[in-house]
Amino acid sequence: MMIASPIHVTNSAPARLPELPCQAGIGLKSQHYQQILETDPAVGFFEVHAENYLVAGGPFHHYLGLIRERYPLSIHGVGLSIGGQQALDREHLERLATLLERYQPQAFSEHLAWSSHGEVFLNDLLPLAYDAATLTRVCEHVDQVQSRLQRQLLLENPATYVEFASSSMDEATFIGEVVRRTGCGLLLDVNNAYVSSVNHHWDVQAYLRALPLHAVGEIHLAGFAEDRDAAGERLLIDNHGAPVDAAVWQLYAEVLQLIGATPTLLERDNAIPPLQVWLEEAQHAQTLLEGARATRPQALA
Amino acid sequence: MNSQAEFVAALLDPERDCPADLKTWNGSDPAARFAVYRNNVLSSLIDALAASFPVVQQLVGETFFRAMAAVYVRHSPPRTRILADYGADFPAFIQGFAPAASLPYLADVARLELLRIRAYHAADAAPLDADALATALAAPERLASLLLRLQPALGLLDSAFAVVSLWAAHQGALTLAEVDLDQAQCALVLRNGLEVEVLGIRSGDAVLIQALLQGRPLGAATQLALACDPAFDLGACLAHLLRAGAITHCAYDTQRPLP
Repeated sequence: MMIASPIHVTNSAPARLPELPCQAGIGLKSQHYQQILETDPAVGFFEVHAENYLVAGGPFHHYLGLIRERYPLSIHGVGLSIGGQQALDREHLERLATLLERYQPQAFSEHLAWSSHGEVFLNDLLPLAYDAATLTRVCEHVDQVQSRLQRQLLLENPATYVEFASSSMDEATFIGEVVRRTGCGLLLDVNNAYVSSVNHHWDVQAYLRALPLHAVGEIHLAGFAEDRDAAGERLLIDNHGAPVDAAVWQLYAEVLQLIGATPTLLERDNAIPPLQVWLEEAQHAQTLLEGARATRPQALA
Repeated sequence: MNSQAEFVAALLDPERDCPADLKTWNGSDPAARFAVYRNNVLSSLIDALAASFPVVQQLVGETFFRAMAAVYVRHSPPRTRILADYGADFPAFIQGFAPAASLPYLADVARLELLRIRAYHAADAAPLDADALATALAAPERLASLLLRLQPALGLLDSAFAVVSLWAAHQGALTLAEVDLDQAQCALVLRNGLEVEVLGIRSGDAVLIQALLQGRPLGAATQLALACDPAFDLGACLAHLLRAGAITHCAYDTQRPLP
């Protein structure tokens, strides 16, 4: 049994839980706006990157508003820098709150990573040392986000290329502690789990089972690119630019066996395929979802 | 320097050693793995600039563009988490970028593309009801004190080069051979519904629009326009703005005497 942390004992469960349908969804990209409105594709939900919609007006808001009227929506942040060694950017958090108020998404997620330092934004999801100081900081930031947004945050496990000598716990333990202390949910990126396991020679089965699987509110599936490290070993790059790999599909099926049907996003940010191709990939996930048992009752509080 | 500061410094400077705290399972040199982060940061930001400045990229070619953008990214990484806002000083950087000096119009093309990005994402504003303006125009004695507010998407560029023609050539509207690069042109950028438009306007039109943006009433704005361009045609200019939906509000400036 874990011992309750003295830092977060007063933390209460966040107000609003994610409520995406247990179906397959895809990303929403501007080149597909009109086709989606004209063809009403059968897809469980759309997901957008929050930062792309932190603009004043214009076509992005016009189309997102129309599509939101027809489909559930997940808003996925890439710029909060929850793992940053500096305070969260309050102005950015306020902008996110305004965006969520406007579109009332069924889920909001962010990353276990950092992307800003000082005033500089690096536009990448950078890795963290898993130690006590990082854990305290990440929990404080997640608390701050959840209390401002009045909803549960889904925190995504990262894809990483390096580890830190100063880490004092493994990634799954770290994530489990964040979930336990803050009441946040887990956005389980199965591709990231696979990529990191290959890159760091982890046992992916053990990694997955060590995660707080009871808290998974959404799954991400994506493709990777393949490289080699300095010793010639496989180094997988989470580039969101390829179809989901067979090994990741296999892992996904296993995850569904463990946790039951769970909302699942097919994620693509580079080499965006035609809408029809993307929908076919989502349909494959949908078939697996329909074969899985119903989700366990949500008992996250 | 805290550990993330060290990480960032090494990300942006390829000459620096990678952070000391990194390790790899197989004992291989972590620098090769750290290079993935370096590449992600640099290439994703170059991609963002390429998406915002497509005509600049076409003019110099992809290889030159990416090399130029890499210098800019390392020198001026984003100070914003909203990539649509990144690159505000890219035109000024291009202006001072010696290897691009043989294309003196390149910075103004970048300025035009920046105005297009801003127009695309600018706040929505419904065009003024045509009847409201018709009513105002039907009272010529009060016209000089009329204040017109223009849409937030609107932008102006007064260039010593043929930026509008260059833009049009890259949209396939005319060929580059037809463009007299050294012809000064004024560009008006606005959003008509959901479409961003780039229009070539006379210098008098640009002066009038600039004066309206500064809150001057129509009479004073017209005098400035006429001083710059004796052939300035107020009716044609207003029709232009109205057709594009660029006028959003009108009111009378009762504080100012009629000229």
